[in-house]
Amino acid sequence: MIDILIIGSGGAGLRTALSAKTKDNKVVVLSKSYPTRSQTSMAQGGINAALSNKDSIQNHYDDTYKSAKGLGDKKSIDLLSKNAPAALEYLDSIGMPFSRNKEGKIAQRQLGGASYNRACYAQDYTGLKLLHTLYDQALKEDIEFINEHYLLNLIHKDNVVLGALVLDIRTSKIKALKAKAVVLATGGYAKIYHAHTSNSEGSTGDGIAVALRSGVEISDIEFLQFHPTALKKSGLLISESARGAGGYLLNAKKQRFTNELASRDLVSRAIYEEIEKTGEVFLDIRHLGEEFIQKELPQERKLAKLHEGIDPAFELIPIKPVAHYSMGGIAVNSKGETSMLGLYAVGECANTYVHGANRLGGNSLLELLVFGQIVGQELKEYIKKENKLEETKTDQYIAKEQKMIDQCFSISSKISFYEKRDLLGSIMYEKMGIIRDEKNMFFAKSFIEEMSEKILLMGLGDKSKQYNSNLIELLEFRNSIDLANIMVNSALLRQESRGAHYRSDKPTMATKNQHTIITKDKIWLK
Amino acid sequence: MKITIKRKSNYIVDVPLENITLLEALNYIKTKKDPSLTFSSGCRSSVCGSCSLMVNDKPQLACEYKVKDGDFISPLTNLEVIKDLVVDHQKAQNRNKQAKAWIDQSGVLLISSDEVKLSEVQSNCILCSLCYSVCPVYAVNDDFLGPFALTRILKYTLDKRDNNTKDKIDHIQNNGVWDCTLCDACTFACPVGISSKQDIEILRMQSVKQGYVDPSFANFGGGLDFGAPQF
Repeated sequence: MIDILIIGSGGAGLRTALSAKTKDNKVVVLSKSYPTRSQTSMAQGGINAALSNKDSIQNHYDDTYKSAKGLGDKKSIDLLSKNAPAALEYLDSIGMPFSRNKEGKIAQRQLGGASYNRACYAQDYTGLKLLHTLYDQALKEDIEFINEHYLLNLIHKDNVVLGALVLDIRTSKIKALKAKAVVLATGGYAKIYHAHTSNSEGSTGDGIAVALRSGVEISDIEFLQFHPTALKKSGLLISESARGAGGYLLNAKKQRFTNELASRDLVSRAIYEEIEKTGEVFLDIRHLGEEFIQKELPQERKLAKLHEGIDPAFELIPIKPVAHYSMGGIAVNSKGETSMLGLYAVGECANTYVHGANRLGGNSLLELLVFGQIVGQELKEYIKKENKLEETKTDQYIAKEQKMIDQCFSISSKISFYEKRDLLGSIMYEKMGIIRDEKNMFFAKSFIEEMSEKILLMGLGDKSKQYNSNLIELLEFRNSIDLANIMVNSALLRQESRGAHYRSDKPTMATKNQHTIITKDKIWLK
Repeated sequence: MKITIKRKSNYIVDVPLENITLLEALNYIKTKKDPSLTFSSGCRSSVCGSCSLMVNDKPQLACEYKVKDGDFISPLTNLEVIKDLVVDHQKAQNRNKQAKAWIDQSGVLLISSDEVKLSEVQSNCILCSLCYSVCPVYAVNDDFLGPFALTRILKYTLDKRDNNTKDKIDHIQNNGVWDCTLCDACTFACPVGISSKQDIEILRMQSVKQGYVDPSFANFGGGLDFGAPQF
């Protein structure tokens, strides 16, 4: 019997597992690939914490609250900023290889929207090194991993979670994993924007789509952050720390046109408009010097050379804004509890209301550390409660999923979902992207509805039961369609501009601060 | 361009694109020509370690290799092939747990930038398994701790926050540091600049400091011939 089943093996899943684990309980982490392959590995910039005596927790709180544009929750942001120094101390104690300042303390740098140098980092590999440090500890603490298994649905009854139904990717067999508590730590949904995202292949929002199907409350899903500076061809990021260190944004005439250190929504919009006006935008970091670039931004230099064929130490970097971070997600309170008993959510898939309408750089890794720790502690208490796991029969649950999978195999493929996946990405970028309006959003809506109707004409080209990545990608695409659908409906309902949600037809912010709440069959503002 | 992919039989495929990474080519084939082609990928930026494979029998990450006409693509060697270019990384990854590659509790200390540098490269590891796929010792001994696990051990023994270096060194004596042939294949395979061979040499010195002896010297006479005159 599993006590705590954590779906997702990125930073959020691992931190939660480490916090929840005791020598008497069984904690299992499920991964659709392997634990160190996740989106967390791509995080570059840093982890915010007010460590210096010139900075303060109040400053961190104020910056975060201000950036959230009325959709931040005071209690959650208070927890985030207050627990940040302890979260960093924990990382230090488990061997996180932070970059250091002259005194030998954790070095900190400036990211956009921060009133002080607050982001702790490990070169520009902060996420990668965080993820591997947590993974090593997870091995030490005997956390069990089930790798290459894909989440299909939750097992639940009377709004109590009882486990999860998963697909063994290697065999296409369905398994029922009963668990006293389930944590969704499945990451964000920016991959819906396909060619226009910084995110890794796996960020298809599976956990949020599964939660939605199970009747769990989702919120603020229309808030998707665009990162201002990604490489033009590949969508791969140039960290905000490049601008923090003094990088300039230049238009086609090689002139500066905006405040480089304003919040991400403003900078993204300025770049998007400038690209429409003058054709292209560049990031210029040449004046920072080759030595600095090699020391602080080695990853970006390598990627710019490979994907754009330019060396940022000597040339301008062609950039565009791309879909980057999911602020919305599964609605949770400050303990990580969802609207279903025993079901928790943490990390990017959760909406903890710390980022609100616009996330600050350096707050997402912090969020998974702080709330992973809190959720882990909550779980230890929750699993002491009575449950009905013994009497739960899983046959009927498995049969239902089997029917769905069999259907995927039997549909003759009249339409290529890969083609539609590309198209969905482009339509979302152009019509549901950085600048939105009603006409464009209705266009996106009708496309998404058409996809929903035609989904049963999209089958598999690979009929093998063995390691069928074609099947997994189809299931991910179905989840993407479900999420795109609620995104566009939420964006249409929100008749205002706020943070990352900018409508040129409703350019002002409403006086009332309202969240979008989404369930299986309803969307409303609250 | 035409490339050949090793599957159940060799699959020759035309990709009408130039100046692209191998991963972009594989994605093109899967989404436009043959959805059954199976490979792994993730970040597209060399940090997740998913897309490791062989190109013309040399280890590569598909996301950072510019594909060329005539290239021959095959799955990693030394790891069990599951399907097409997908291999089982589990056994290699289990070596980290076997090696106990983690920090043992410490306090928070002041650390200089130079001290961070000592193990900076080692902490770039992405567990892509390219080093295991070229390791001649791992090829014949499944229990060999292997390159990335030993590099991880060094990363922690060099970290002054770790207070159990002795235990780590004790633990890598069997199927560990002395089994490596120092052939350097792992160094050339590593996409992030790690030399596990050099790391193993440092671990050997740390072992000697702790009183361990190279087992090939311990058996002198029956051991290696260094070309010294035999009397």
